[in-house]
Amino acid sequence: MKKFLSLLSAATLSLSLLLSGCGTGNTTQPAENGGNAQQPAPSEGGQAEKAQLRVGMVTDVGGINDNSFNQSAWEGLQQLEKDLGVTVRALESTGDSQYIPNLNQFVKDGWDLTWGIGFLMGDHVKQVATENPDAKLAIIDAVVEAPNVASVVFKEHEGSFLVGVVAALMSKSDKVGFVGGMDIPVIKRFEAGFKAGVKAAKPDMKVVTIYTGAFDKPDLGKSAASQIYGQGADIIFHASGQTGDGVFNEARARKDKGEDVWVIGVDKDQSLTFGKEITLTSMVKRVDEAVYRVSKDLAEGKWEGGKPVALGLKENGVGLPETSKETVPEEILKKVEEFKEKIIAGEITVPEEPTE
Amino acid sequence: MNRLAQIFVKESILVPVVAIILGLVTGAVAMLAGGFDPLLAYQSLLKKVFGDLYNFGETIRQITPLIFTGLSVAFAFRTGLFNIGAEGQFIMGMVASVYVGVMVDLPFYLHAPLALIAGALAGGLWGAIAGWLKAFRGVHEVITTIMLNWTALYFCNYILNTFLVPKGQQRSEEIKETAYISVQWLSEMFGNARLHWGTLLALVAAVVFYVLLWKTKTGFELRAVGFNPHASEYAGMNVNRNVINAMLIGGLFAGLGGACEVLGVFHYQAILSAMPGYGFDGIAVALIGGNTAIGVILGAILFGVLTYGAAGMNFGAGVPVELIRVVIASVIFFVAAHGIVKYILKPLLSRKKEKEVL
Repeated sequence: MKKFLSLLSAATLSLSLLLSGCGTGNTTQPAENGGNAQQPAPSEGGQAEKAQLRVGMVTDVGGINDNSFNQSAWEGLQQLEKDLGVTVRALESTGDSQYIPNLNQFVKDGWDLTWGIGFLMGDHVKQVATENPDAKLAIIDAVVEAPNVASVVFKEHEGSFLVGVVAALMSKSDKVGFVGGMDIPVIKRFEAGFKAGVKAAKPDMKVVTIYTGAFDKPDLGKSAASQIYGQGADIIFHASGQTGDGVFNEARARKDKGEDVWVIGVDKDQSLTFGKEITLTSMVKRVDEAVYRVSKDLAEGKWEGGKPVALGLKENGVGLPETSKETVPEEILKKVEEFKEKIIAGEITVPEEPTE
Repeated sequence: MNRLAQIFVKESILVPVVAIILGLVTGAVAMLAGGFDPLLAYQSLLKKVFGDLYNFGETIRQITPLIFTGLSVAFAFRTGLFNIGAEGQFIMGMVASVYVGVMVDLPFYLHAPLALIAGALAGGLWGAIAGWLKAFRGVHEVITTIMLNWTALYFCNYILNTFLVPKGQQRSEEIKETAYISVQWLSEMFGNARLHWGTLLALVAAVVFYVLLWKTKTGFELRAVGFNPHASEYAGMNVNRNVINAMLIGGLFAGLGGACEVLGVFHYQAILSAMPGYGFDGIAVALIGGNTAIGVILGAILFGVLTYGAAGMNFGAGVPVELIRVVIASVIFFVAAHGIVKYILKPLLSRKKEKEVL
């Protein structure tokens, strides 16, 4: 028994040492933060002041290497770091319960701006923003009504319309496909725009739609793609985050067997990741641009919270990447350009919800 | 006899402690190989967990469901059953309590308890299905519980989609405030960390676990069946009934955990694209805890600290989430494979014994 006690006391002693060690590390930390937080928002000040700015972002469950909007947002922040010397950091969430602690990690640590990436984080950003009225937050893909939150949404339906036109004109069959992640308003906009685009270019064309119910399940994406290609479609547009990796896998496998199938990527120029042999084009959402712009506004003292911003074709927030020239014939791109002009001019209104 | 017990106690504490240290060292090696500073990483883990009240409160929030699922797995294990289905039972508990929380109108002193009971019962019955199949149809519980996990996941999404989720959303409506089990004043004390009565319930459940298994006739029967079903049957115990009971009670624990998570933490239920993972972590917790009440609590604390502190390692030392999983996995590995630890400890221990003899 004595031995056990001595072991126990040794353990507590070492533990308390450890704890006190981390305690001292901690006391210096808030002082730094305090200093930072008290610093007035740099107006048109010099580089040195801007260097103090700290911008953090929290990914949703897709993670930072999702080949999609999380990664795009992170690239925007990295660009910001390069251009303005702003300190940037990203935290990955592995589950629903982590959104709030991760957001709070930045907010309670006194970071100047905290990004929540993705529709799924809307409620959590709202809660953290209400609890910390002095903190500044921003969110992509959702509108949060709070004076200290900048909301950025995209007119995905406009961009999806254009890739719908490409799909319809490039398809050699009478069907094209759409693979969605979760059945939520953002993804519905993709579907609606895509269908409208297809119909506008070729009224008789059918669109096969499958929702996988997840953004982080490549296996589901693969089986959905296999189902759609199996039904005779030759081009699939996916709006499903990492799940879409599976769509590309399936397309690659079929291409290797000699089938003439394509995928239309989403959010980023996905031909850079998956190759031009299978990636026809991509519906690029300039999440990086949006993150960059809003964060830069903060650095320049032009921050505006509480007002949702919607970026469409006109604002260059969505569109096709440059690399599409190599895969899509010029006359089709010209057609796309015509539609684009019409949408910007307001001659065509793209629906936000699928009509069928 | 006394001396024997002493050695047993000492060893049973020593082995997990050494296993945890070995796991952390292995994790450190992995981090070094990846080009990260393990000392800084572990330091930021501790800082994340113990650094301020908010994070400390959130760590408690993380630990609570692990106690429940750990107890669930441990309970079935005492009756010789391997309950992989804590995950599914947990999900059933979530969906049942969110249903009661949203659909029923009652004063708070009835609403919250009713939602908790609904969650516990749903989990318990879900477990009992596997128990029944094992007892009367001879289907191995590992198979059925794994399958029931998936059934629960998609059944839960179906219920949510059909009854509880407003159009265009991916989560249910908020439950009524009368069903909350959050502790407002305590949360405010902890900087809005999501603390709730469920933590207290988890500790009570651990006491119930101990009393039920070791202080009652039912518990004796349950354990006897676990040691040797044939001997128990020969002694006149009803093995089948005990198998169902074990799965039922195990399921109750897990279901209650799910209910607490909904009523105390989220106040809504999101459509699940994947399993929440508490049930699977519960297997590790039970394993670390040696299937005892105290052990499960300690195991849950370790696991909760590691999981929650992982974000700190990510933030403070830039260690990617994937690498943190390696650290956690290596801790579990060494705890599970305690034969290795004993093998390493053997020379040390035997030398000590020699000294004692002299």
